[in-house]
Amino acid sequence: MATLVVAEHDNKSLNDATAKTVTAALAVGGPVHVLVAGENCKAVADAAAKIAGVEKVLLADNALYAKMIAEAMERLILSVADTYDAILAPATTSGKNYLPRVAAKLDVPQISEILKVVSPDTFERPIYAGNAIQTVQAAAGKKIITVRATAFAKAADGGNAAIESLAAAADPGLSKFDSEALSKSERPELTSAKIVISGGRGLGSGENFALIDKIADRLHAAVGASRAAVDAGYVPNDYQVGQTGKVVAPELYLAVGISGAIQHLAGMKDSKVIAAINKDEDAPIFQIADYGLVADLFQALPEMDQELAKRGY
Amino acid sequence: MKVLVPVKRVIDYNVKVRVKADQSGVDLANVKMSMNPFDEIAVEEAVRLKEKGKVSEIIAVSIGPAQAAETIRTALAMGADRGILVKAEGEIEPLAVAKILKAICDAEKPMLVITGKQAIDDDSNQTGQMLAALLGWGQGTFAHSVELSETSAKIAREIDGGLQTVEVKLPAVMTTDLRLNEPRYASLPNIMKAKKKPVEEKTPADYGVDAASRLKVLKVTEPAKRSAGIKVKSVSELLDKLKEAGAI
Repeated sequence: MATLVVAEHDNKSLNDATAKTVTAALAVGGPVHVLVAGENCKAVADAAAKIAGVEKVLLADNALYAKMIAEAMERLILSVADTYDAILAPATTSGKNYLPRVAAKLDVPQISEILKVVSPDTFERPIYAGNAIQTVQAAAGKKIITVRATAFAKAADGGNAAIESLAAAADPGLSKFDSEALSKSERPELTSAKIVISGGRGLGSGENFALIDKIADRLHAAVGASRAAVDAGYVPNDYQVGQTGKVVAPELYLAVGISGAIQHLAGMKDSKVIAAINKDEDAPIFQIADYGLVADLFQALPEMDQELAKRGY
Repeated sequence: MKVLVPVKRVIDYNVKVRVKADQSGVDLANVKMSMNPFDEIAVEEAVRLKEKGKVSEIIAVSIGPAQAAETIRTALAMGADRGILVKAEGEIEPLAVAKILKAICDAEKPMLVITGKQAIDDDSNQTGQMLAALLGWGQGTFAHSVELSETSAKIAREIDGGLQTVEVKLPAVMTTDLRLNEPRYASLPNIMKAKKKPVEEKTPADYGVDAASRLKVLKVTEPAKRSAGIKVKSVSELLDKLKEAGAI
């Protein structure tokens, strides 16, 4: 039987987490189908159809799914669940919201935030905020899985899947979307950015984050922060990288004025390259950084800004 | 309005966990245990709603070993009215927990269940959603703030990239995120008072639930360690290295 991936998107474009989840789905076993549920989201289905390895795209285009409300998504996914052996969704706030409902209704356990597909029924997943890794074997029955997208490579383009429309399921009438307040930023989103630059308590104030912003603008990077910087009120909580914030794994993570508490490391230690600037040469962050610069950030950051400008960034 | 608050006993968040040498799990022997921090936020929210006169009774439930009674006492000291301890040894998976909680909800008929978005031990982030689905209720997960009326709850939720507000019909399940509130410390008089509050003892079998694990944990290992790299001398050398590594 086939494997279903539920797409993550904003009705306009397909989030990269989807193509990464397809990689995990192909390892679980094909053929792989993608469900795009949203409103006026044909462009998203077109994008999903181009992912290599995807055989079919199911498009449920209905106002009921505009915001992927969990109760409505549960009914929709259940309406096609019979056809699938495994159902995967990215472990985004959206996937985490609706998928456990599906698992409960199917009376199967969910396997959350897998990092690796060891074999089609065995997976690695983080526990204790990534301080331990559990290898877990699925029970008999359907496999319901959320995928930590940053742990998987993006499936290539080059597919040409058929798009089938899927009728909306009944409206459960339990909840409705009221409003949303999304942080407006020209910068990429933290969890999907290729480069993340984070500031810690060493920045000393919210105003001083402007030094980080400048570098971020040159490198098209997202800006993050340690919990210490958030607790000190320098930046809002949605900047927070760590055990209690966001988990990121960009190509480059630059930690500035961050000592490297365990709670912070849990959110960024899987980054491909880690660089750190800190004036304390004994800061724990240097124990995991590929490149460490012991320097006063108030000198290093303006210097980096000039140097990047000189190099044409 | 009655509120049910499920709370879990977990390794204290300040403790650095150690993986057992035989890879069977993490070492729980002689380790400080506490209430799951997200569940503390849930208890606090319930108590605040009671202080505002919106809630009449708070029932704290814990499913776990005999010592989970301490976790319930903590909730009672914070302001919960009574407790239910469902004694069960070993790892109880979120689905089994949700089934037990469903049976409790069927009996107690709360209008709202408030619990943590996830437990900081297994990081599953499933129980609240599963419970809502089994009950056929709506849910507001990862709550940042809540406005409660007699028939519905307006819940602002922490989502990737910002906040989303949903209006959920009651009864419903709400799971808490970090910014919902800052939990209080129980005062000594309240800790003393909590000792007199009633706690019922049950077992999963009382609710007709088989709590056996369905997933098989093959092993638990340490994550791959990163080793320290090199120290660079200047900003310009740092940029050179990052360029060489293809990172910028």
